[in-house]
Amino acid sequence: MKIAVTSQGGSMDALLSERFGRCPYFVIYNTESAKFNVITNIGEQMQGGAGPKAAELVIKENAQVLLTGKVGDKAKDVLDRANIRVIDGFGEAISVRVALEEYLNNKIE
Amino acid sequence: MWDTLINVERGQELVISIASGKGGTGKTTVATGLVQTIENCSYFDCDVEEPNGHILLQPSIEQTEKIYKPVPAINSDLCNCCGKCVDVCEFNALINIKFDIVIIEEMCHSCGACQHYCPHEALSMRRKEIGELRKGNTGNGVLFVDGVLKIGEPSAVPLIKKVIERVKPDVVNVLDSPPGTSCPMIEVAKNSDYCVLVTESTPYGLHDLVQSVDVLKALRIPFGVVINKFEDAFKDIVDYLEANDIDLLMTIPFDRKIAEAYSSGKIPAIFNNEERNKFEELFKRICSKVKTTGAEVV
Amino acid sequence: MCKTYKQIVVLSGKGGTGKTTISSAIASLLSNKVIIDCDVEAANLHLTLKPRVENKYDFYGGKKASIKQGKCIECGICESICNFNAIKNFQVNPYECEGCGFCYRVCPEDAISFELQLTGRYYKCDLHDGSKFYYARLEPGETNSGKLVSELKEKAISNINESVKWVVVDGPPGIGCPVNASLASADYVLIVTEPSKSAMNDSIRLIGLLRILKLRAGIIINKSDLNEEVCKAIEHYAFLENIPIIGRLPFDEQVIQSLREGKSIIDTNELYYLKMKDAIKLLKNEIRDHKNKLVEI
Repeated sequence: MKIAVTSQGGSMDALLSERFGRCPYFVIYNTESAKFNVITNIGEQMQGGAGPKAAELVIKENAQVLLTGKVGDKAKDVLDRANIRVIDGFGEAISVRVALEEYLNNKIE
Repeated sequence: MWDTLINVERGQELVISIASGKGGTGKTTVATGLVQTIENCSYFDCDVEEPNGHILLQPSIEQTEKIYKPVPAINSDLCNCCGKCVDVCEFNALINIKFDIVIIEEMCHSCGACQHYCPHEALSMRRKEIGELRKGNTGNGVLFVDGVLKIGEPSAVPLIKKVIERVKPDVVNVLDSPPGTSCPMIEVAKNSDYCVLVTESTPYGLHDLVQSVDVLKALRIPFGVVINKFEDAFKDIVDYLEANDIDLLMTIPFDRKIAEAYSSGKIPAIFNNEERNKFEELFKRICSKVKTTGAEVV
Repeated sequence: MCKTYKQIVVLSGKGGTGKTTISSAIASLLSNKVIIDCDVEAANLHLTLKPRVENKYDFYGGKKASIKQGKCIECGICESICNFNAIKNFQVNPYECEGCGFCYRVCPEDAISFELQLTGRYYKCDLHDGSKFYYARLEPGETNSGKLVSELKEKAISNINESVKWVVVDGPPGIGCPVNASLASADYVLIVTEPSKSAMNDSIRLIGLLRILKLRAGIIINKSDLNEEVCKAIEHYAFLENIPIIGRLPFDEQVIQSLREGKSIIDTNELYYLKMKDAIKLLKNEIRDHKNKLVEI
């Protein structure tokens, strides 16, 4: 399974980004291989419709889960249509790695 | 209602827009005041986000018409999600979710590129309601038209265009513009022969007036200025107009009574003889300006 | 870093009800704040706050097409496909062009350029009390004011540090695109209205929009004694809609006078100072009371 996390930097130890549409990067973590790759969010420079466009990117990367701070209504509709599970409400005080651990551990429990 | 209405020669067509950068300076007051002074004229409320002309003019609405904009619709039997439509959309109104294309209608500008570029002819255009056009008459024979934008619809311009389409030939048409200096205001101003800029005797009023003047100069629309809430002691606006050779058409004093009358939906011109004469003068001045500047405009 | 601040957006629907006057009063009464003037077509708050500009940024609005005269073979395809009637005699009218790029793509001779346009500027400023203030200016006649609002807000919010408790946004009039942009990630909306039929009508339309966006709001009635009947009607409407009235400010000619002198009303009028202080107390309570729950208005 692939999990997308909105991130302020290009690594697992970068801080999470609360913003979805305009986050600088997505860290895409693959639970099977335990590897990750980083994609730049084109929506950051976009002025209108950044949220749905970011959703498109997450869908393109085949992620099934998204960890982020806040997702707008239009982007949420797109993610819902593509059956991506959105876990929102993450703050920016934690790293991508910690967010992933929190999610995966909670899930196991 | 009026003893003497200004007679406009038959066959004389004139489109006057009433605009301001800052909101709440008195556009609708001036527009409706003017409308009451001219025989056989029509009023168009182009402030479709917040139309208020109907409150002051109290027309009887005889006809309402739903207004639509074209938006794409996808025939999923023909679409293979190649994403060509998504690539050509500058407004991010189409989103590829691999097994379908999601259309975000609010973002769509109806340019038609997606339909043109679809290799599978899977896109057609359908109609989306964006608001309502209302048509009616005021008691004294003024044709009344306004547009009411559907709440939540972000773009006012397509509806403004529909309102302006109703402008009548051979009469005087008064267009009540939305505030600002951006697309909705430009849409109205560029369709007029003359623009009346309404400002107020405050630094805010002056600041926004300067910006509106820049727009009209760029559009090459002749214009003049009405100062509302006029205060003699505040010289900045009058000085600015003089320095830039801009016509001061009329001043309206700052008076609690005017504010009170407006608050209950009354047009100042109706209950005050002096104000009424001023609006007649205003219209005459506009007519003379259009005649003198008309040659350059056309 | 968790979000440590609350964002209040001041709106009115109708222009000229006192958004900027109220925003400047709130600005001087709150500490640990960032102020953003999102009325980019008629930015006025800086005239009262008199900030020192620290940094200037260029704003590139939408793209616009233009025809390269040497390359154009006058086939007319672009004109026929343009839904905005922006192309006539092999020239693009920039005031009609919506920036869809259809002509640029369709041109068989590659004779149309499609470039981002410099259409405005925005400013990061310091206020006298050390807090930050942002405002923007859209070049007169340009389009895409909503985009400029978004970019301005992005810039302001991305620079916020932990000490900031309040973000106050002075919004544009209307209920269209720039208003939508100024409402992004708002926590609370302050509606400034006045007892006139027009302003009430506009506030009701604004509340309709806020309901779609699921945002909470409170109302300040400015010039509250101008028309008792309409004032009561607004209060009644607010009651039915479950929107609190958090302040009433009487009509006073001194307001316009202090505006002319470039002063904030709370510095020149004791009554307004006290009324605004109370309103802010109520506003804070309102926001605090609903801290963790999203209540639909």
